[in-house]
Amino acid sequence: MNSVAFIVIAILTLAAALAAASLPKLIHAALNFAVTFVGVAAFFFLLGAEFVGLVQVFVYIGAVAVLIVFTILLTRRDVDKDRGFNWSGVVVAVAVFGGLVWAILGTPSLPVVAPEIPALPVKRIGEVLMTSYVWPLQCVGLLLTAALIGALILVMEDREEVKKVK
Amino acid sequence: MTPTLQLFLIVSAALFCIGLLAALSRRHAIFILIGIEMMLAAANLNFIAFWRFTPQAEQATGVMVAIFSIAIAAAEAAVGLAMVIAIYRHYRTTNVDQLDQLKG
Amino acid sequence: MSGNVVDQVFIRIKEWLLSWLTGAPNWAVPIASSLINIAALLGVFLSLFALMSVLERKILGRMQNRYGPNRVGPFGLFQPIADGIKMLIKEDVVPARADKIVHFLAPILIAATAILALGVIPYGRNMTPFSIDGGILFFFAVGSTTELAVFMAGWGSNNKFSMLGAMRAIAQMISYELPLIITVLPVIMVVSSLTPDAIVAAQDGYVFGFVPRWFVLTPWGAAAFILFFVSGLVESNRTPFDVPEGESEIVAGHMTEYSGFKYATFFMAEYIGMFAISGLAVTLFLGGWQAPLPFLEFVPSYLWFFAKLSALLFVYIWIRGTLPRTRIDQIMNFAWKFMLPMAFTCVIAAAVWHYAGHGLPGWFASFGVIALVYFALSTLLDTRKKFAPRTYRFAE
Repeated sequence: MNSVAFIVIAILTLAAALAAASLPKLIHAALNFAVTFVGVAAFFFLLGAEFVGLVQVFVYIGAVAVLIVFTILLTRRDVDKDRGFNWSGVVVAVAVFGGLVWAILGTPSLPVVAPEIPALPVKRIGEVLMTSYVWPLQCVGLLLTAALIGALILVMEDREEVKKVK
Repeated sequence: MTPTLQLFLIVSAALFCIGLLAALSRRHAIFILIGIEMMLAAANLNFIAFWRFTPQAEQATGVMVAIFSIAIAAAEAAVGLAMVIAIYRHYRTTNVDQLDQLKG
Repeated sequence: MSGNVVDQVFIRIKEWLLSWLTGAPNWAVPIASSLINIAALLGVFLSLFALMSVLERKILGRMQNRYGPNRVGPFGLFQPIADGIKMLIKEDVVPARADKIVHFLAPILIAATAILALGVIPYGRNMTPFSIDGGILFFFAVGSTTELAVFMAGWGSNNKFSMLGAMRAIAQMISYELPLIITVLPVIMVVSSLTPDAIVAAQDGYVFGFVPRWFVLTPWGAAAFILFFVSGLVESNRTPFDVPEGESEIVAGHMTEYSGFKYATFFMAEYIGMFAISGLAVTLFLGGWQAPLPFLEFVPSYLWFFAKLSALLFVYIWIRGTLPRTRIDQIMNFAWKFMLPMAFTCVIAAAVWHYAGHGLPGWFASFGVIALVYFALSTLLDTRKKFAPRTYRFAE
């Protein structure tokens, strides 16, 4: 595993994530959020899980980022700056990071180098999905259908109100 | 310096904490959703890192969990954003400090 | 065989070029190989873009009973050079209150994603630039990033027409991504692989000795090909679906505030998107680089690929010259009410064909499934007003 690639991708991802969390203008934050996910997908490629990396690009950047951007557009009041930044959040986040790093560095079994594993072809993922994981697959399908219908109902305009206006 | 598992876990912990930062310290509802999505991505990275560094990787457990997690995160983002739009239509604001009708 | 030498001539050239690096360190050879692939890809497709920009105007002109551009060079074929010079020397106007970084990055991102999508298509025997295990998924993942770039273009211009055009473009592209991907699903199901090389290899051989096994010659394949082609038309924002850049309505949509070289980049990205979708259609349904008849196999594989690609591009231009623009609500209705159910029917019909054996009874069974759903949908979606029979009154 290439260490140069690791460092470059790590810097890209964390810098974009920091930008997304701290920029005042909402659209810039949303676009940096998309760049963060490109970085995470690059990590997945580095780790040998190409299918998950491609699904990540497809779902997060192609769908979730576009959703966020559309929502920003629909909920503007010509003031697209975020007023107010709560500094106690920074303290909590730094404290949590300190705790996690202490836990990671304190576990002795973790500093291992990557073993050589056989590449995981997409066909194998399909086989596993349809045999061992078929129940979670059906549940996720049901969940996505429910989310689709729920989201539609939440944003559908009230028919009586529209008729009254007319 | 070959990347060890510790390094990957530290990077994903950093990403998680940046997501936590975004979710805790911003007042706009959409920023909070962005933070939540970043935390989920960090957890996915953790799963895939552990899958890669485990000797018996044919079971593809980490990859499966990551795929399901991505699907569920997308569904949750969709419903969350629909709620933000519905709330904006009613209250004309997206500042979560002003959504305190249920406060006791 | 002489056919083999001509067929693999580009592979031999690349191997000869790489043999100059025998003393280089271990990590340099894959990088050099990738760079040669990328240079070849860019060279071929940018020249194809230049050629197509003038050919389209000439063919459209002929369809409208006039000559196209014919002043610059023989038959006007040097017109792209004149266009290129014009685009390069134009002043680059950026609106004062536009978001500079977003405005600058949008054309770059659109062009980058369009060119990335070209990398996984097999152009000939052993001639796939980057053979990824999940190649088809890579193609669609990169294609879905285009929507974000279109939004960046519309928002970065700080212009209401641009924003409106960008939102229409994104709505249209998202709606048609679903039929685009679901029509690819039957092919992936039957071949049971996401690799474009495997899909092309599954379409070799001939039935009855002379009918090729291309998927377009099966009923589900023909329906899926038509649906994929129409979705490709919409994804590239071509007439009759060019509402986002309707010149008579919203100036140029999300490309309004771009001048000179940036506009040329948008133009290039649209055409390269067309090439990529047509290339994928050739790979999935028309048998990729394979010859249609057994005695024509001496023609090199890349020539067959580009011949099929040119035929599809001609149909794109033909449709542009023939049909008027559709309304945005007609486009949405068409996607959600007709194309999506038909796309799912193709999946079912492919399953029926596969499990009835790949022979004639399966062909008729899957044809029956598709015809049934098609006629049911046409009856249900019929919105024509029902008039009373005409009565004629003549002067007495």
